[in-house]
Amino acid sequence: MMSAVDDKPTPSREGASSAFTLGPLVAGPPCCTPQTHISIKSVTLSYGRIPAIRDVSLDIYKGCITALIGPSGCGKTSLLSCLNRLTDLIPGCHVEGRIAIDGQDITTPDLDVQRLRRRVGMIFQKPSPFPLSIWRNLEMPLREHGVTRRDELEFRIEKALADVGLWAEVKDRLGSAALTLSGGQQQRLCIARALTLEPSTLLMDEPCSALDPLSSAVVEDLIQSLKGQYTVVIVTHNLAQARRIANYAAFFWVKERAGTLVEFDQCRTLFDQPRHELTAAYVKGLQG
Amino acid sequence: MPEPANLIDREIHPVRDRVLLGAVWAAAMLVAGAFVWLLADLLWHGAGRLDWSFLSTAPRNSGRAGGIWPIVVSTVLIVAVAIVVAAPLGLATAVLLSEFTRRGGTTERAIGLSLDVLAGVPSIVFGLFGNAFFSVWLGLGFSILSGGLTLACMVLPILIRTAETGLRMVPDDWRLGAAALGLSRTTALHQILIPVATPVLLAGLMLGIGRAMAETAALVFTSGYVDRMPSSLFDSGRAISVHIYDLTMNVAGGDRSAYASALVLIALLVLVNGAAIWLSDRTLQRKIATR
Repeated sequence: MMSAVDDKPTPSREGASSAFTLGPLVAGPPCCTPQTHISIKSVTLSYGRIPAIRDVSLDIYKGCITALIGPSGCGKTSLLSCLNRLTDLIPGCHVEGRIAIDGQDITTPDLDVQRLRRRVGMIFQKPSPFPLSIWRNLEMPLREHGVTRRDELEFRIEKALADVGLWAEVKDRLGSAALTLSGGQQQRLCIARALTLEPSTLLMDEPCSALDPLSSAVVEDLIQSLKGQYTVVIVTHNLAQARRIANYAAFFWVKERAGTLVEFDQCRTLFDQPRHELTAAYVKGLQG
Repeated sequence: MPEPANLIDREIHPVRDRVLLGAVWAAAMLVAGAFVWLLADLLWHGAGRLDWSFLSTAPRNSGRAGGIWPIVVSTVLIVAVAIVVAAPLGLATAVLLSEFTRRGGTTERAIGLSLDVLAGVPSIVFGLFGNAFFSVWLGLGFSILSGGLTLACMVLPILIRTAETGLRMVPDDWRLGAAALGLSRTTALHQILIPVATPVLLAGLMLGIGRAMAETAALVFTSGYVDRMPSSLFDSGRAISVHIYDLTMNVAGGDRSAYASALVLIALLVLVNGAAIWLSDRTLQRKIATR
């Protein structure tokens, strides 16, 4: 892979002799008039003393799907975990910089983390429904957040299941174990579980990579249908998928062992006319 | 659950695998054989003595005649005190170790080390400690209460270690998933982690009960020898194992009663284990299936 690039060295922006250098962040103009929903400013995340992400600044736009792409270990998932403070659970994890959602700083220590996580849902790579019934999976988070009236529980649960296209499939067996569902159904149940809390943002960490191609396609369609209603940030290694569903894409690379943002642009532009040669090589499959 | 090992059952190497197969079978048969022999020996010597009146009457003539009813009651009471005290303490400590301390951190290591030391202490030492602390210092005297509390100290390491293992076996996916939904640690523990770990928790509990029921040395100095029916927890009571010990060592002609008592003890252990299996199956089904 490297040799293909080495044979025909692309002139670097800084004119350095190595094939690739990380120059200043390249960001393209936004489409239409996007509204900043999540503002990430100079975020550096370290595990112990080892930084995993260095100085990332990025705006996530409301109602859009933003894909985070880049090779493994470049800090995409770590960045995602900063946005709902799941980083709090990792011993020794330390975040610097400022992250604001709807203008509110979420990095302050006195923040109500439970409320934040209600507003910012997260979907993991491996579908993780709780070993309870389908109904209890959806009911438990609602009750935890103070929804106890039976009619409201039923309304919200039915709506969430309908939104993910699961209602027709499971309405007659809400009492059966969630783990008896297929992988794709389980992942949609997890999305429904996050949706019951009526979040504004959904974070998705490779939500399709543990699924078979058919289920993956269903979940992908579902994610696309969330566009407009929710702000979606999705980490994916599937470039074709990013290209199909994302409005914006952010490309990360590892520099001095820490993840750095290389380029942020509209998804189409990032794939078709990348401004940075690293991005160009990565999206063409030459590098990474 | 399907056994993956069965898939390769048919591919057996003519010599090497057969030798291995023979060896593992022999080992298993030896273990099973020892148990069968023990049981047969007990049945041979004790079954004749065992009848309804043996179970339902008080011992007479130092246990040579009569039954063991008060002794069964004392045993159950002592074990009950031990478990009622040790189970919540054990679960709470296990929760601290598995959920709130970092693995390999100072707290975890310090508590872990003290547990391992505690688990290795001979039961006679627990007996002396229980006598000094519960019987004398706290003034509980020779009583079911001081016996039960002494046993609680003794089974605590077993309960904590098994409960901790059970909780650690629960995949982190669910902890993360619960946290990402804004569930509190308490809800996650109560609704997901503890129910999932229940079969292991119950298994640990059974190990603890088994150990407590079979204990002799720790009880001799704490709950005492008195073979009357206890009228309260502050009364002295004789546990079955102490009874067996006494009949064998101190009572000439008490052997048949000792064998019969041992049969009762083993029956109780089997009963407890059966109940545990049934209970854990039922808990799992109920937790998973209901709406």
